[in-house]
Amino acid sequence: MRELPAPIKMVTIPTRLDFTITPGEAPARFLKGMMEGRILAERCPACGKVYMPPRGSCATCAVPTREQVELSSKGTVTTFCVVNLPFYGQAVEIPYVCASVVLDGADLPFFCLLAECPVENVRMGMRVEAVWCDPAERKPSLENIKYLRPTGEPDAPYESFKEHL
Amino acid sequence: MSHDKLRHYQGVLSAIHTLEYPYTRSVGTVIGTFLAGLRDGRIIGIRDARGGVLVPPSEFDPQTAETLSEMTDVGDSGVVTTWSWVEEPREKHPLQKPFAWALIRLDGATSAMLHAVDAGSEARMKTGMRVKAKWRAGRKGMITDIECFEPEARESAQ
Amino acid sequence: MREVAVVSFAQAKPVRRDIVHNEVEILMPVVAEAVASSGLARDRIGFTVSGSCDYLAGIPFSFVMALDGVGAWPPIEESHVEMDGAWALAEAFTRLQHGDIDSALVFGFGKSSVGELPEVLTLQLDPYLVAPLWPDSISVAALQARAMIDAGLCSERQMAEVAVRSRRDAKANPFAQLAGDFDAASLLKEPCISSPLRRHDCAPISDGASAIVLAAGDVARALCEKTGRTPAWIRGLDHRVDAQNLGVRDLTTCPSARIAAQKAGVGTAAVDVAEIYAPFTHQEILLRRELGLSASTKINPSGGVLAGNPMMAAGLIRIGEAASWIHRGDARRALAHATSGPCLQQNLVCVLEGE
Repeated sequence: MRELPAPIKMVTIPTRLDFTITPGEAPARFLKGMMEGRILAERCPACGKVYMPPRGSCATCAVPTREQVELSSKGTVTTFCVVNLPFYGQAVEIPYVCASVVLDGADLPFFCLLAECPVENVRMGMRVEAVWCDPAERKPSLENIKYLRPTGEPDAPYESFKEHL
Repeated sequence: MSHDKLRHYQGVLSAIHTLEYPYTRSVGTVIGTFLAGLRDGRIIGIRDARGGVLVPPSEFDPQTAETLSEMTDVGDSGVVTTWSWVEEPREKHPLQKPFAWALIRLDGATSAMLHAVDAGSEARMKTGMRVKAKWRAGRKGMITDIECFEPEARESAQ
Repeated sequence: MREVAVVSFAQAKPVRRDIVHNEVEILMPVVAEAVASSGLARDRIGFTVSGSCDYLAGIPFSFVMALDGVGAWPPIEESHVEMDGAWALAEAFTRLQHGDIDSALVFGFGKSSVGELPEVLTLQLDPYLVAPLWPDSISVAALQARAMIDAGLCSERQMAEVAVRSRRDAKANPFAQLAGDFDAASLLKEPCISSPLRRHDCAPISDGASAIVLAAGDVARALCEKTGRTPAWIRGLDHRVDAQNLGVRDLTTCPSARIAAQKAGVGTAAVDVAEIYAPFTHQEILLRRELGLSASTKINPSGGVLAGNPMMAAGLIRIGEAASWIHRGDARRALAHATSGPCLQQNLVCVLEGE
């Protein structure tokens, strides 16, 4: 019997699948709003909660949320984190701040970048407003909001946002 | 997701989303030996619990689940046990001209392995026909080291 | 064993490609309907389990988004299988055996149109030595069809007749995607996709969803009393799997289906209706034999998956369709079957009986 070869230890097998995805009715409404520079949230007909970004359904009531609610670009920082860790593909120079912001009129926060503010000045309750990209560069994406920056208004009291933490 | 790939499909926003990964896998001794064999132009199977030879080899017996270890060479030609003709290959198929998929039981093996047969035409394909591996120049230790199988020059009575 | 019954069932009409709605939007009304039609308040459901597949969606943890449409607040006890919803039902059935809860919501959903399904399914195969050749799911199924023809177990003509019968019966199914009158001789003139399989031999690609509510014992009886249904009791449920490697299997047989049917008690009494999951025509012929179905059993009155194949929901639909016959009092004993994997590798059999 022939001697067996030494086993190969590793093998690299590239695997690729292509998908054609569509956002769905509710996300499509939101993305269209983004193209127009508008923040379109949705309200639950059962509990009245306003979702931003909207998913077309209320996560607690399990009903469709079709009513559109346009929100202003202003909101409150609930919690945040300062990113100091470098990683591959990082788009923003460290340190930078990721925040969980509740826009005025919304019932849940969304994640976004904060900028135009020294990192050590960011605090819970800080009032912020969205900075949009140039209308000519708009895409159907939440990325049309480049980041949020302080408005200079007095901080929102803790009671006003504590349930969103 | 690249926005270059955004488009409208029947008026609805859509995007091409490509998932692609290199998937580097550790293969273990049994598959590792089989792949090293392919690189060397050999096909190596493993003896199962009933004294048969499994090709491709597996680490455990498919019926008894016991660990297998005795590896042994088999021939690089054998018999087609079933097949399917593909007139219009897909982009990812191993051949880009009409070809057959087949389960092939190599000489010395008791199980069959899946590969492609470049038979030229569907009329050439028959269950029981003999085929021989066409080895790729420049082998790396992959199942594709066998480019495909071809009808054996010497036709059987089938 | 604790008695468990299917008390309600709902499905979305499968479509070739739903470009307007995402998975959650397709699923939500189906879950709402199954729950409303069960008579059980949503917050009284004891356990929720779903079946779906990330590979279909191209997204990891894709099942999590479905919970937006189910109302997971207050927090629910929830599980998931990366399988057809029929296996989610098997998990729910098992969960109900513990005796501490009396009901479960089971659902399955998927958009097969988003990816290239025959290639997505290639990734079910051995990743080292088979998948790198990219044998698509139709070609793989065709290998079994050829083996059956070689063994004299079926002919292309018989396969075409399965397609004709299924799509004709589907005309009576308001949830059929593909229905109509076809002629076997004309179908046989069409070219093969992967020989011997032609387009008509294959289930269509479908986007869809389905949901079932299960209830135990007297809770099931009370709910069905109110909704005017005969409870569809699950009297047998078993699932088995064959070897992964196609080359060690005898593709003219399906031991996992045969054993699952035996263990589920199929043969102990006559089966009035059977909904079997055969995405390829030759597979129905093989499964008829391996499941031990007699000539008097009505097979796939819905048209089966040849009339619509929303993967991840279709197996659960077989259970729902079979249960519906019992709910209406049109059948006393029904069989539902689901399959997964290449060439009927994995099979689930569920036997349902009226009171």
